[in-house]
Amino acid sequence: MSAAPTRRRPPRVGDQPIFRRTLIGLVLFIGVFLVLAPLVVIGVEAFAKGWQVYSATISHPDTLHAIMLTVLTALVAVPVNTAFGVAAAWSITKFDFWGKRFLLIVIEIPFSVSPIVAGVAYLFVYGLQGIFGPALDAWNIKILFAVPGIILASLFVTAPFVARELIPLMQAQGRDLEEAATSLGASGWRTFFSVTLPNIKWALLYGVVLCNARVMGEFGAVSVVSGNIRGQTNTLPLHIELLYHDYQATGAFAAASILAVIAVFTIIAKVALERRGAGRRASPAARPSLLSKPAENNA
Amino acid sequence: MKIRLDQIVKTFDTFRAVRGVSLEIESGELVALLGPSGSGKTTILRMVAGLEYADGGHIHFGDQDATDIPVRDRGVGFVFQHYALFPHMTVAENIAFGMKVSRVKREKAAIAARVIKLLRLVRLEGLGDRFPAQISGGQRQRVALARALSVDPKVLLLDEPFGALDANVRHDLRRWLREIHQELGITTIFVTHDQEEALDLADRVVILREGAIVQQGTPEEVCRNPRSAFVMRFLGDANVLPAEIRSGVAYAGGASIEALDIADGKAELYARPADLDWSLQGPGIDARIDRVLDRPDGRRVLASTGTGTQLEFDVEPERVMKSGDRGFVTIRRAKVFPV
Repeated sequence: MSAAPTRRRPPRVGDQPIFRRTLIGLVLFIGVFLVLAPLVVIGVEAFAKGWQVYSATISHPDTLHAIMLTVLTALVAVPVNTAFGVAAAWSITKFDFWGKRFLLIVIEIPFSVSPIVAGVAYLFVYGLQGIFGPALDAWNIKILFAVPGIILASLFVTAPFVARELIPLMQAQGRDLEEAATSLGASGWRTFFSVTLPNIKWALLYGVVLCNARVMGEFGAVSVVSGNIRGQTNTLPLHIELLYHDYQATGAFAAASILAVIAVFTIIAKVALERRGAGRRASPAARPSLLSKPAENNA
Repeated sequence: MKIRLDQIVKTFDTFRAVRGVSLEIESGELVALLGPSGSGKTTILRMVAGLEYADGGHIHFGDQDATDIPVRDRGVGFVFQHYALFPHMTVAENIAFGMKVSRVKREKAAIAARVIKLLRLVRLEGLGDRFPAQISGGQRQRVALARALSVDPKVLLLDEPFGALDANVRHDLRRWLREIHQELGITTIFVTHDQEEALDLADRVVILREGAIVQQGTPEEVCRNPRSAFVMRFLGDANVLPAEIRSGVAYAGGASIEALDIADGKAELYARPADLDWSLQGPGIDARIDRVLDRPDGRRVLASTGTGTQLEFDVEPERVMKSGDRGFVTIRRAKVFPV
């Protein structure tokens, strides 16, 4: 440890100025070039040929259809996975049953499996050569290369988001609150809506926001099962790829800017929700602020 | 409401938490379930509440078999160890919750009036608008009690009611809980691992060990006549001396004490720190003082006998003693248990 002679106290562990500056500089550099720069490029490129080209691309029927399909997928997948997440978190944290650990692992699978693998698996299950393929074909039900396939693949990929947010929180809360409510005479539903839900709502909303962001942005799994039929089974991410391959870079960036805007709103919502969530637990005075200065300061 | 437990049994996986406990609690009685951790006391309390179901045996509330009545309909007030106050509700909302969700419909105004009455009972007037995170531990404890009382329970159950509080608050709350019990007269069972708490507060103390009752009685009965070495040790500090019984007298070192009804042979002699004394002349157990600890109400002396047994006893604050002194430990009172 090298302490400057003017300094009265030696630095805290890991707090030497050189180390600090190097580390902060490195992280800022990587953050700007790897994360922020591409986002700026999207904005610049989208408007490279002017506002009119931008709005023309956005209002092109194929793009509008892709947006509608993406929104439709989210409208189905997000509520379903929210219900699943709450049910799974409730079962895992409030009940003891055989196969509980197995369920925990199953919930994690979509995180560890490449989305493309999920897509291919759906091909094997519902495709014409797949297990249920002939039967579905006989009944004239189209799952693959149609909207149901896209929704199924999105459901798979985003299944863990809500459950993952809730399980640690509900585990920490234990069963005391529910037991207290029940001993006071509350029914199961009443206990859930008056006691459990208010205490998990911020984490739940956070999970929903993340789930929604992923549904709207999902590419891999959806790409395999959708068949990329322009104006029919193209979601927004697939549409971006298609435009790009058609050498319509400006169009691709314009469409991408929509997803980027969604992403920015997701982050704002995430930060806001985290603050609300943190505020509930401690009194306002005890809440640590990101903006507060560190206690000791040196130059 | 009189409560009767009849041979109740509870097993968790392979662990037998409660092994056939039978117990009668009179209407209006205040009973402590006292035991070390793992003695099954909390499990018994939770079975009385209906939060846990008995694997065997029956629980009667008055003349009614309550064994299979779900917790929601059992009419018990339960105070949880960590209070389990609803963090998103104010103190008043917490207390009102039971009345709001009850099958018995109540007017809003009636609920509000009762909340105010309960707040006064637990001496928290004016704190109704605070959230649980904004009040102290002792206040939370009282809110939990008010909430449990709001549903007019037939039985009040408290799990380690003062466990999470510091010593001063604990002492005040104990006295206060006793007063509330006197005022309301609700049959009350509380669980504790703190002997002092059980003895201070309860009409009757039930001592548990490994899922079974080892002794029960009034605080006076269990203190004066512990029936086993376990109870003797558990109720407070005790010195243990190896002893020899010969025709009704226990001999330990140079000291002896009457031990009727115990067969001749080896035994153990148990004495509280206040039951021993120190003198410079025999007869007594020859010993050497290792250390003297000064306390507000007297001096605690740590000594060791010639055979290496460690003893602790109390003397009055004026007594002049220091480590290294030699002398004799005399026995004023003791309990003798065969080995």
